[in-house]
Amino acid sequence: MGKFTEDDLKKELETKEYEYGFYTDIESDTFPVGLNEDIVRAISKKKEEPEWMTEWRLEAFRQWQDMEEPDWANVHYEKPDFQNISYYSAPSKKPKYESLDEVDPELLETFNKLGISIDEQKKLAGVAVDIVMDSVSVATTFKKTLAEKGIIFCSISEAIKEHPELVKKYIGTVVPRTDNFYAALNSAVFSDGSFCYIPKGVKCPMELSTYFRINQAGTGQFERTLVIADESSYVSYLEGCTAPMRDENQLHAAVVELIALDDAEIKYSTVQNWFPGNKDGKGGVYNFVTKRGLCETNSKISWTQVETGSAVTWKYPSCILKGDHSIGEFYSIAVTNNYQQADTGTKMIHLGKNTRSTIISKGISAGKSQNSYRGLVKINSRADNARNFSQCDSLLMGNECGAHTFPYIETSNKSAQIEHEATTSKIGEDQIFYCNQRGIDTEKAIALIVNGFSKEVLNKLPMEFAVEAQKLLEISLEGSVG
Amino acid sequence: MSLKDKLLSSYLAFEDHLEADSPIHDLRTDAIKQFQETGFPTKKEEAWKYTSLAKVLKPDYSIFPSPDNSIDFQQVKDYFLNDVDTYKIVFVDGVYSAFLSETTHDMVDVCLLSSALSKPKYKPVIEAYFNKVAKQESLTALNTAFAKEGAYIYIPKHKEAKKPIEIINFATGSEAALMVQPRNLVVVGENAHVQIIERHQSLSSNPVLTNSVTEIFAEKRAIVDYYKIQNDAPTASLIDSTYIAQETQSHCKVHTFSLGGDITRNNLQFIQKGERCESTLKGITILENKQHVDHNTLVHHTQPNCESHQDYKGIYADTSTGVFNGKVYVDKIAQKIDAFQQNNNILMHDKATINAKPQLEIFADDVKCSHGCTIGQLDKEALFYLRSRGIAEKEARALLMYAFANNVLESVSIPELKTRINKQIAAKIGVSLGFQI
Repeated sequence: MGKFTEDDLKKELETKEYEYGFYTDIESDTFPVGLNEDIVRAISKKKEEPEWMTEWRLEAFRQWQDMEEPDWANVHYEKPDFQNISYYSAPSKKPKYESLDEVDPELLETFNKLGISIDEQKKLAGVAVDIVMDSVSVATTFKKTLAEKGIIFCSISEAIKEHPELVKKYIGTVVPRTDNFYAALNSAVFSDGSFCYIPKGVKCPMELSTYFRINQAGTGQFERTLVIADESSYVSYLEGCTAPMRDENQLHAAVVELIALDDAEIKYSTVQNWFPGNKDGKGGVYNFVTKRGLCETNSKISWTQVETGSAVTWKYPSCILKGDHSIGEFYSIAVTNNYQQADTGTKMIHLGKNTRSTIISKGISAGKSQNSYRGLVKINSRADNARNFSQCDSLLMGNECGAHTFPYIETSNKSAQIEHEATTSKIGEDQIFYCNQRGIDTEKAIALIVNGFSKEVLNKLPMEFAVEAQKLLEISLEGSVG
Repeated sequence: MSLKDKLLSSYLAFEDHLEADSPIHDLRTDAIKQFQETGFPTKKEEAWKYTSLAKVLKPDYSIFPSPDNSIDFQQVKDYFLNDVDTYKIVFVDGVYSAFLSETTHDMVDVCLLSSALSKPKYKPVIEAYFNKVAKQESLTALNTAFAKEGAYIYIPKHKEAKKPIEIINFATGSEAALMVQPRNLVVVGENAHVQIIERHQSLSSNPVLTNSVTEIFAEKRAIVDYYKIQNDAPTASLIDSTYIAQETQSHCKVHTFSLGGDITRNNLQFIQKGERCESTLKGITILENKQHVDHNTLVHHTQPNCESHQDYKGIYADTSTGVFNGKVYVDKIAQKIDAFQQNNNILMHDKATINAKPQLEIFADDVKCSHGCTIGQLDKEALFYLRSRGIAEKEARALLMYAFANNVLESVSIPELKTRINKQIAAKIGVSLGFQI
């Protein structure tokens, strides 16, 4: 057998294209490009929304018009032309299915290619899947099991129709319409998303999960997720994404709001693997997401994310620790390769007494990518005995990438205890040598070391995701050796 | 009339007195243009997010104070480092005081920037170094436009300044409100060595605003040891910008002791231009009442095999606020860098605030960069231990605070200065320590 040299490997990897890059041709019902009040009204009408929702959207749109696109993040990209995007696209064959057999076979094929077998998941994983394909929920499974417990898990447009009192009470309370440019845009044009309500004292028996896909060429994806955990309840929510290959940049501006009432706990995990652009930095998804959770007394919100995809990521899952004794956690792995850029981190706002937060962020940069951690820990003057621990580690592979750390720490209470640590390093040559010596080739050794580096975060993921995430890390870093 | 407009119109008057063929005339013209465009920084700028200058810009400052203000030696004796012989460059209301100073031209030049700017002898040095490392930020540009007086220190190759050099700026209070803009230039040649102590002191309760810029050049294997003592009156504000350029194997240390003043902003920027340089940035900040200190540091590593160490300790009482905004920047080719950044803070009262932003920007893969930042209180168990051994609570607290800051104090290499700062810190904490270090 001929020797497989590093050059061969490099060549092979350079030509290796995005594995999940394909495009399903489903006849869709797409709006003309551009954005104005009529389009916002049309989206609202299409979704058969009540009058208050239309007004809510229009108000957001008016405010969005006065806002400017932020440019403080450490990312550089060509600004999207918001008048050149179609703000609504839904698969047009849309009867509601009772069983999977009735689902469009083409769509099922798509999911099979992605490796998300609904059948398999139903049987093995015990996961209820609310599949969002181009903004409209197509299939919701396990609904009955959940309904028995009183749990509401449906698409947000359904929730607006069926449970308007809940939506009206909570939507926009954590991420106000005016919060930022993309949140305002999302509030005006969101097409669909998930809604979840866990009643008092209920522990959700299964992991709730949504798969997002961006499919239609030239359509932006504006998801809106609202999770409400009522008093003393528990829910673990998974979100995972892959997107087909596209040459033009696609915009994704989602808003996720979590509300944990007294003594409740929400665990929100994300695996993001959208198309990162090819090796020359062409194409790829722009991911501008606003995620925020509100913690009432004694509650806990835990964010876990594995970010491997997207050309540009701009995302800060945050916790507002409003109630006394509440807990916020943030565990993140961000991997960037080739020309990817990520500016991600968290905000922990301590308002209540005896609140605690933990931040563990692992950044891995390879190729020509730029990876930034940007975080805020704020201790309000009334937040006695607040406690925070932050750790941000960066790993650099190759000398053409960059790692950046921008932590903000603002404290105005004397009893606060804050620790922040950050390190930047590369994979030790001795570690690789040790692996080589034991017959593990360099590529595998790196995967091993990176997995070890990320272990603290990977451990926090639910089982099903942990496996997928580990594989993703390996795929994302292929070809970064040398 | 806002201070900006006043400065701009004063510049026109100032320009008339300048020689048009001065080597730095063009620099001034560019600088004032720059200031005219940008104006004073506001909280909207990321670098000034936590420090507002609005309050200190209000008084109607005199830009050109009378050159005849003088002070008695007895009046200011205590501000000098009396226990050790030093060279002294003293300015009274921005004007050089020959009476209080002790300069030299014996082997090394310890004199005035005004003479260096005007005498042809110094022209090559001015042309090679003046305004070469200072960044064109608005306040630095403002200083460049008005730069006429300050310390000029030139230590040639293989020479050493035999005594430490004290640079002291007094404000007498003869003016109702005074704005001074000292400009210092320090050039330390190959293998040369210098120790410098800088302080700003207001002698009255009239408002004083100092916009000081210091440029330091450390050539190959030079050693620079710089101390900033900031223990000014509560009505005196200071904006200090210090820019340091280091060549191969040079060592630079800057210690900043911020114990007083109204609003103090320290911009301290190092650029390492050669291999195997070492930079040390250390600071102790002890604040009370409404004082505000903002430490803004940058260490830019452009060459391989260098080191940088930052260690800032802060103790904040009453309603004081502290800011630490540190940045380590490592270029792509600067491999094998060892950069360390540490910031520890103690809040004594509920209304005290600390805002910290320790940043790393790294483009090289084979580096060891880390930072640590903590905010906390005095260790209750340590306090209990001391009290159980008969030490009163106040003293016990003082001891612990003293121990907390001691790390930074230890690396002060002038023993007399160390003792003096020790005393100042003890006085600040409000106890007599009963021992000397």
